Amino acid sequence: MSLLHEQDFHGGLRGLPEHKELSTGQPIGELFMPSRLVLPLCQGVGAEAEPVVTVGERVLKGQLLAQAKGSLSTALHAPTSGQVSAIEPRLVPHPSGLPARCIELVPDGEDRWGELPRLADPLSSPPEVIQAVIVAAGLAGLGGAGFPTAVKLGVQGRPVKTLLINAAECEPYITCDDMLMRERAAAIAEGIQILRHLLAAGQVVVATEDNKPEAAAAMSRALAGLPECEILSFPTAYPSGGEKQLIELALGKQVPYGGLPLDIGVVCLNVGTVYAVRQAVMAGEPLISRIVTVTGDGANSPGNYEVLIGTPVNELVAHAGGATDGVERCIMGGPMMGFMLPNDRVPVIKTTNCVLLMQTEVPAVQQPTMPCIRCGACADVCPASLLPQQLYWYARAENSEKLEHYQLFDCIECGCCSYVCPSRIPLVQYYRAAKGEIVEQQAARAAADIARQRTEFRAARLAAEKQQRAERVAKKKAALKEQGSNPEADAKKAKIAEAMKRVGKLEAPSAESADEQP
Amino acid sequence: MSKVASSPYLDGGYSLRGVMLQVLLALVPAYLVYVWQFGPGILITTLLAMTTGLAAEALMLRVRQRPLWPFLSDGSVLVTAALLTLALPPLVPWWVVVIGTLFAVVVAKQLYGGLGYNPFNPAMAGYVVLLISFPLELTRWSAPQSLLADPVGLVDSLNMIFGVGGTAPVLALDALTMATPLDQMKVQIPLLGSVEAALASSPVFGAIGGQGGEWVVGAYLLGGLYLLWRRVINWHIPVALLVGLGLMAGLFHLLDAARYPDPLFHLFSGAAMIGAFFIATDPVSAATSNRGRLIYGAGIGVMIYLIRTWGGYPDGVAFAVLLMNMLVPLIDYYTPPRVYGHSS
Repeated sequence: MSLLHEQDFHGGLRGLPEHKELSTGQPIGELFMPSRLVLPLCQGVGAEAEPVVTVGERVLKGQLLAQAKGSLSTALHAPTSGQVSAIEPRLVPHPSGLPARCIELVPDGEDRWGELPRLADPLSSPPEVIQAVIVAAGLAGLGGAGFPTAVKLGVQGRPVKTLLINAAECEPYITCDDMLMRERAAAIAEGIQILRHLLAAGQVVVATEDNKPEAAAAMSRALAGLPECEILSFPTAYPSGGEKQLIELALGKQVPYGGLPLDIGVVCLNVGTVYAVRQAVMAGEPLISRIVTVTGDGANSPGNYEVLIGTPVNELVAHAGGATDGVERCIMGGPMMGFMLPNDRVPVIKTTNCVLLMQTEVPAVQQPTMPCIRCGACADVCPASLLPQQLYWYARAENSEKLEHYQLFDCIECGCCSYVCPSRIPLVQYYRAAKGEIVEQQAARAAADIARQRTEFRAARLAAEKQQRAERVAKKKAALKEQGSNPEADAKKAKIAEAMKRVGKLEAPSAESADEQP
Repeated sequence: MSKVASSPYLDGGYSLRGVMLQVLLALVPAYLVYVWQFGPGILITTLLAMTTGLAAEALMLRVRQRPLWPFLSDGSVLVTAALLTLALPPLVPWWVVVIGTLFAVVVAKQLYGGLGYNPFNPAMAGYVVLLISFPLELTRWSAPQSLLADPVGLVDSLNMIFGVGGTAPVLALDALTMATPLDQMKVQIPLLGSVEAALASSPVFGAIGGQGGEWVVGAYLLGGLYLLWRRVINWHIPVALLVGLGLMAGLFHLLDAARYPDPLFHLFSGAAMIGAFFIATDPVSAATSNRGRLIYGAGIGVMIYLIRTWGGYPDGVAFAVLLMNMLVPLIDYYTPPRVYGHSS
């Protein structure tokens, strides 16, 4: 009997043109050595890693280049042996198109490994030891967001009922997980066993869409005989690979608002990440390469390639047979959630699953945007059950209060609403902008709060000082009064007054009034 | 013509024009049956309303300094014109059609900001203005062709609509018209004492609704099912409307079958069916969440029954729709869907 509760998630798109067959015709291409590697210190979410090498230093393959700094940051390692040639801001693959600090490495061509801390028998190693290896290996989620794997796995004793392996790969065109499962299912199965041991997870579910029968077959061969381990193949629907959607689909449960999958006993990892865990633990290799799909109608030879992190996109494309003439855009990621690259010299990073070369301008895109007619097609397809038409209205009105009321921040930016909009409104673009603006407002508010606190603190300090001074004065006065009863001092004062009169002053300044001046 | 700045870079190929064309396509069976049952007059009034509507829209877009082509070609004016004329008697004078269309397009739509911004259904707003202003013209409904000795042809229709030939067409028109089934029912029940007697009082009644009219209603239902199948509309509003109306009619019919006609009569008479599938489903002026749409549709259904049974007019679809249009902001406020992961 199945342990699963297959259930649909709300909305989504069925029957998207997938174009996956473009890139599954040939085996994964072997690693190649680019002329240089550019490694952004931030590889996804979180803070930049802190460089531990200097310009000019020679490094070995797998050597630590930058260490994690802060809770959401990941370590960065040398993808090959060579010399560090620069640590400076460069253009990086990020939707903002802004430069960020990178380490540039010029390969020496020897590809010489440093020392690799592999675990001989991970399944009998204590979980803390495995976790330490994963932290050190700089693993980040390879599915898209690049969330540090070590953070996801740091369950700190909380019970994990289900280890959910995300092999949905729901975006059109992308096939890197599909090909990985077809070719390296045994290694993935080892990764699954390590993770299950690490998390003490009761059940393992590998969830995939039914458009990958070869991959599912390979996985089921590799997982045969493992207890409490199932492969779930569900109907293809975008965005089934969204973490929350996949959990609902596979387990019939929703992750509570503001919570984590762990709150309902689930840890969800991308299948590529599972493979990377296996490589880190059993081969001692940090995350220095990944599989990237190079595809689209602008790619001469669409396929999947093992690529060193830091490889410039243009070198990857050239290695993959080059682009056809008249490529209109180069997108990193899928067509639904990816972003256009500012130029093709930006590097492949840990989250780069696809380089999509699109030749044709989508004809309908050239139609003008029309007013929203509130038809609700967007709400019907929204996997978060939002009301995109209301969010659009309030995003245009810049009404952040209403936007938060309609749960703007639950939007996963999957693009389903924009895809179905008959008025051709770029809805997701509005939501991204609105989110950015609200975050900025909140930051400004926080800054203003700090400034206000400082002002209040200063005022309080000044008040305290004033009070102290007043107390001092009072004490002095009291002391003077005591002195005032002294006849000797009175005589002296009288003499001074007399002397002042003589020099023409009307009144002698008293000791008190002088003291009162601030 | 801008390039999309951010994802998605795939295009679903949906367009407003496509949606409006689907609605017009879904009305084709009703038009065919209408012409068969009541003569070709409806085609003339529809063409007149469409031409007037496009001209008025173009003028208003020019005045409002909006681009002409995208809005004229989106098809929304054609839908408004078709729905308005289907609500009017088929041999109504041309100036009635023109005034109604002008009000719908200029006032109810463009003065509120054009497509997407009108709180009231433009066709129904235009219809209600006509109903209140020209009650005589609006109640001169043609008898079905099957009840006429001499069926109305194209030339007769043109003459009557454009008033060619002085008073003769008006006299001729009087000979061609008769009370609608809803009107007949409303007037005759108190006079004759029972639904049975009222049904027997006039040949205008058909098997379930009105003679001839029930066929048109069947064609609306067919068109509505097509819209559901093509996912142009969701089921919530039409089902809620028909259930709301049917339940009210059923309840009172059970209480006193002699005074209250059965639910099928209500569903297949008047504008209930076109209202359910084509008018109340106008997304601009309807509630926006599916839960809200259920309330909105049911409210219209109940109100249609109240107006038909106790109100001053034989049918109440237009008033019911406009009244529920007013409640839309309130309904929307209280019926947001449960967002993923949030407790209800």
